[in-house]
Amino acid sequence: MGSKKTPAAAQGREIGQLSVERLDPATLCIKLAGDWRLAGDPPSSLHVDTIFQDNPDAKAIIVDGHTLGGWDSSLLAFLRRIHQRASEKGIQVQSEGLPEGSQRLLERARSASKQITLQNQPRRQDFLTTVGSRTVGLVSSARETFEFIGEVFVAMVRLCSGKATFRKVDLGLFLQQTGAQALPIVSLISALVGLILAFVGAVQLRAFGAQIYVADLVGIGMVRVMGAIMAGIIMAGRTGASYAAQIGTMQVNEEVDALRTLGVSPVEFLVLPRVLALMIMMPLLTVYADIMGVLGGLIVGVLVLDLNPIVYLNETIQALTLTTVWIGVFHGAVFGLLVGIFGCLKGMQCSRSASGVGYATTSAVVTGIVAIIVATAIITIGCNILGI
Amino acid sequence: MSQDNSIGPAPGTVNPTPLPLIEVRGVDMGYGGSVLLREISFEVMPGDIFIIMGGSGSGKSTLLRALIGLKRPMKGSVLHKGVNFWDQELPEREKIMRDFGVLYQGGALWSSLTVLENLALPLEQYTSLSRDEIVEIVRLKLALVGLTGFEELYPSELSGGMRKRAGLARALALDPDILFLDEPTSGLDPLNAHRFDNLVGELRDSLGSTVVVVTHELASIFAIGTNSIYIDGETGTVTAQGDPKRLLKESTDFTVRNFLTRGSLEDADNEGRQP
Repeated sequence: MGSKKTPAAAQGREIGQLSVERLDPATLCIKLAGDWRLAGDPPSSLHVDTIFQDNPDAKAIIVDGHTLGGWDSSLLAFLRRIHQRASEKGIQVQSEGLPEGSQRLLERARSASKQITLQNQPRRQDFLTTVGSRTVGLVSSARETFEFIGEVFVAMVRLCSGKATFRKVDLGLFLQQTGAQALPIVSLISALVGLILAFVGAVQLRAFGAQIYVADLVGIGMVRVMGAIMAGIIMAGRTGASYAAQIGTMQVNEEVDALRTLGVSPVEFLVLPRVLALMIMMPLLTVYADIMGVLGGLIVGVLVLDLNPIVYLNETIQALTLTTVWIGVFHGAVFGLLVGIFGCLKGMQCSRSASGVGYATTSAVVTGIVAIIVATAIITIGCNILGI
Repeated sequence: MSQDNSIGPAPGTVNPTPLPLIEVRGVDMGYGGSVLLREISFEVMPGDIFIIMGGSGSGKSTLLRALIGLKRPMKGSVLHKGVNFWDQELPEREKIMRDFGVLYQGGALWSSLTVLENLALPLEQYTSLSRDEIVEIVRLKLALVGLTGFEELYPSELSGGMRKRAGLARALALDPDILFLDEPTSGLDPLNAHRFDNLVGELRDSLGSTVVVVTHELASIFAIGTNSIYIDGETGTVTAQGDPKRLLKESTDFTVRNFLTRGSLEDADNEGRQP
């Protein structure tokens, strides 16, 4: 934290002082002396309340500043409080020897307050109001989400009919950003998840001499769901956050409004290429994550369980069915759609401030990950019902 | 009857040996390897409302950044109260900077803090006032700029003009010796710009602060400026210096007169060329 200013006394100046005396039974004289500066620790403006409490019968106040030295806001705050309290009690205040500048500023503060005064809205709400307003907010947020999904759907229909307006070069750029540039992080995370799965399985399976089934465990686990989930979570943190920040910043800079006034749909121009890029790249990244996960398991199988790599890979291939692969790819496509939509939605909902962009980004990641987990549960239950 | 003990000399008083509050000597400024401003020299005297004027992109704000300690000049020196600012170590520079109040172009209020919290932060950092006293001072500053009752609002809930006024109130929070204002009236309607100029003039007169204003708004320049420099955007040098009203009457430099007359010389020149 910053250092405090040097007190006036240390700088060789006279410290601000205050004395109160009765001139007659009805008149109070408040004498101000010395330097009244914030740095010099002058008498607090809160003393004013004590003075009024100690002298409830005062009918007039004289503020004497003849022996006043330098001054700043601390004096103004003190004088302002005297005037406020005196006004509340209908007491006359007379100033003597006070700096002209302080009088002018006090007058300005009074007149400016009269010009425009906004009454503070009570920010604290009772329990019922809070529950009510939160519920209304939730319903409104849900409606906005569905409206947005609808707009994205309409934009996709327009894309299919060749009417959607967006720059093809943007789509290429987003494909590169969400696909090729994400490969290193997807490789690392997926391989490590495959490795962890293999280790966890090996501990149990080795006890039965069934360590070869580590290949089945890792293969099915990664390909059916884990590859897609890991790729989805990476995309939510990496790409979904980036989409929210990009579009949020555009909201702050009124770029989205500029598109609207130009008659260009922001959903088509900004959202469509981003969501499309994720929908295209996510299934591919999922397949890539599956392969990396299997390779991670292979490392454990070969180096820790002493399995032959050919045997391990054959076991993996035998364990996998085309249906399992398609389910994984389907997961990936759904996750891509969800991460893209929520990233863009949070960006579009961003308020026009720097903190709004931060909130939108965080919210995009959290919502994206929650959506991924919920979607996984729904797909898993669906597959179970369908018997696949 | 009354006396004025405010910071700096009261308006109209004559100090026999006034020392400049800011001295800029042979400063070059630029970005990367390219030089934007060359050999800039001027002095700001206590109680001045000093205008740094020039066209868009002429480097006014860049120069301001050197004055307020945000960007080191490529060459030359900036002296605050006789102390070579950029020769000091960072803690010393920070100590000098506490005497500055800066209003940035967009207000630069911290968006996650309420108006009250924005103004209270510098007071919490650099004074030993209690919370109640800080709130009292903040309310006073807000009253001075006409924002009474807006304490609990966030910057995003304020209009552009209000944000500027709140920014000014924050710049005044620690009663600075020097107030730096970057394009204070840009984006304001004429009436609010006029009120803002009046406020700056009144604060200078009452508190005796010195004000450095970066602007190209002619109305503001003539309304409040007591001294000025004109930065030529093409050469990056100071081509005129003095009271803006006097420059308007006496400057022989075409660019300066053209700027101060809002391009009227250029128009006359073009009309003269037409067959």
